[in-house]
Amino acid sequence: MYEQVIAINVGLAMLLAMSLNIITGFAGQPTLGHAAFYGIGAYTSALLTAKAGWPFLLALPAAGLMAALVGVLLGLFSVRVREDFLAVTTIGINFVVVAVFQYVEFFGASMGLSVPKPELLGVRFGNLEILLLLIVLNVLMYLFMRHLPKSWLGLALGGVRNDEEAAASLGVNSDHYKVFAFGIGTFFAGMTGSVYAHFMGFISSTDFSFPVSIGVLSMAVLGGLGTVSGPLVGAIILTLAPEVFRFVSDYRMLVYGGLLVLMMRFQPQGLVGDDSFLQRTWANLRGRGREGNRHG
Amino acid sequence: MLLQQIVNGIVVGSVYALTAMGATLVYGIMRILDISNAGAYAIGAYVSFFFLLQTGSPIVALVMGVTLTAAFGFLVQKFLYAPLMNKSPNVSLIAGIGLFIFLQDFLRLVAGPQARELNFGKLLPSIQFPEIGLTLYGAWFLILGATTVLLLILWLLLNRSPIGLAWRATAQDLEIAKAMGINTNRVVAFNFILGYGFAAVAGILVGILYNSVYPTMGDVPAYKMLAVIVLGGLGNPLGTVLAALVIGMAETLIGGYVGFFLPRDAIAFVVLILILLWRPQGLLGRRRTS
Repeated sequence: MYEQVIAINVGLAMLLAMSLNIITGFAGQPTLGHAAFYGIGAYTSALLTAKAGWPFLLALPAAGLMAALVGVLLGLFSVRVREDFLAVTTIGINFVVVAVFQYVEFFGASMGLSVPKPELLGVRFGNLEILLLLIVLNVLMYLFMRHLPKSWLGLALGGVRNDEEAAASLGVNSDHYKVFAFGIGTFFAGMTGSVYAHFMGFISSTDFSFPVSIGVLSMAVLGGLGTVSGPLVGAIILTLAPEVFRFVSDYRMLVYGGLLVLMMRFQPQGLVGDDSFLQRTWANLRGRGREGNRHG
Repeated sequence: MLLQQIVNGIVVGSVYALTAMGATLVYGIMRILDISNAGAYAIGAYVSFFFLLQTGSPIVALVMGVTLTAAFGFLVQKFLYAPLMNKSPNVSLIAGIGLFIFLQDFLRLVAGPQARELNFGKLLPSIQFPEIGLTLYGAWFLILGATTVLLLILWLLLNRSPIGLAWRATAQDLEIAKAMGINTNRVVAFNFILGYGFAAVAGILVGILYNSVYPTMGDVPAYKMLAVIVLGGLGNPLGTVLAALVIGMAETLIGGYVGFFLPRDAIAFVVLILILLWRPQGLLGRRRTS
């Protein structure tokens, strides 16, 4: 039972880290308010199922679309302002969204919202079913992420990230791709929020506050922004760390903050990025192994 | 009542201006948003709280709070930002956020999560002013006075001194300034010392105003500081002062009169987004032609 809950948390974290990676890693747009979209998805799904009586299977994509709608608006805004402005605006969005959830009666205000457990073909969703759903979503998203860097979209996003002017001179409309990256990234964050809401059965505004955004960012940074497997590695490490080491859960923000500083200072490419110390160690080990074979 | 709100808005705006000035100066030179500057705000308040507790002397507390925080700014620059200067701005941005979060949790662990009393008020008899029609709190005069003096000194430093000339040259083009024989490393270091010192003063003043210090006291200033420097046109000290007053006024007037369905602290961002839609380069920022 305990293992199932942890696995669910890992699954949610992996989805979030991957969705953030599309915006910050692949398109290079700093986003510090990812939890806002997670929250928009969760609240959309909660309201649609609890108040409008929608089935979960319809509410899930609707949650994604709702988050993507706000994400696209943010993207449209971001093409008007410089990168530094955008980082600030995303923090602001996080604060404003949480404030709306907390103070507006429609969203349950400080009482939060209770969310019905989903039902599909007569099966009531317990933790096991949620876990299966998360595995399916993670596999689909991983395949998408693996395909992305090789696709035209991924190449264009990389161009926008590395040199916007050069990309523009090659006929890439960087504005379109930025907005697109925001749309996709926030869509997945919204869907993840929907799964979270139905797993928890109860949501309140603090579940989606700024520290959550920082947590997701830390995961992607730890593993490696812009890499395919990095966010997964980061999500697994940072979700399991508090379970394995008790002190990590007491000093969570200290660990997140310290990790961000150390990673950026010494390994900005992340644990699995190009030429990271893990990769070098691995190459060294293999090199030594081969040498040993040659001599032996 | 209106007068009261306006004065209140100016006081709030002054605090924002002081808080945001450090990050504005840093952005002017290095083109990075230094969020950890808001950590200096809480550190300044805590260091000064500590020294007040130990020595009981407000002067020592104030001086030590500002000096130690400024020294901390120097270290941050030397060991975190300087080595990252040639990397993408996102790297410094994320490192700065990491440092800010780290500092906040560090303060919580060292000093405890509860709010502590920063009792300067009774120790500063000179700030006790009688009521004149509207209530002017003693701490307000302290804040307005300190802000005016510090901003004047900053203006003189930037416009009337050799350091200021070097600063402006470096802000315009770091590489060319270096080629002209300006020690840009020293300018950058000076920048951080000054910036963190300003943030410390702001933190201490707010601590005095509300008579309390607590680990997350840098939270709200952190994101409001960002709103202020973005609104001011990033790296423009005059724009920052103007933006700080606009946001301080907007908060007190909208919060006090119109009433708003969102809490006060969200108003800054609504104002920010509305103004950026109208002027994407900020209030006094120049549009960059690229």
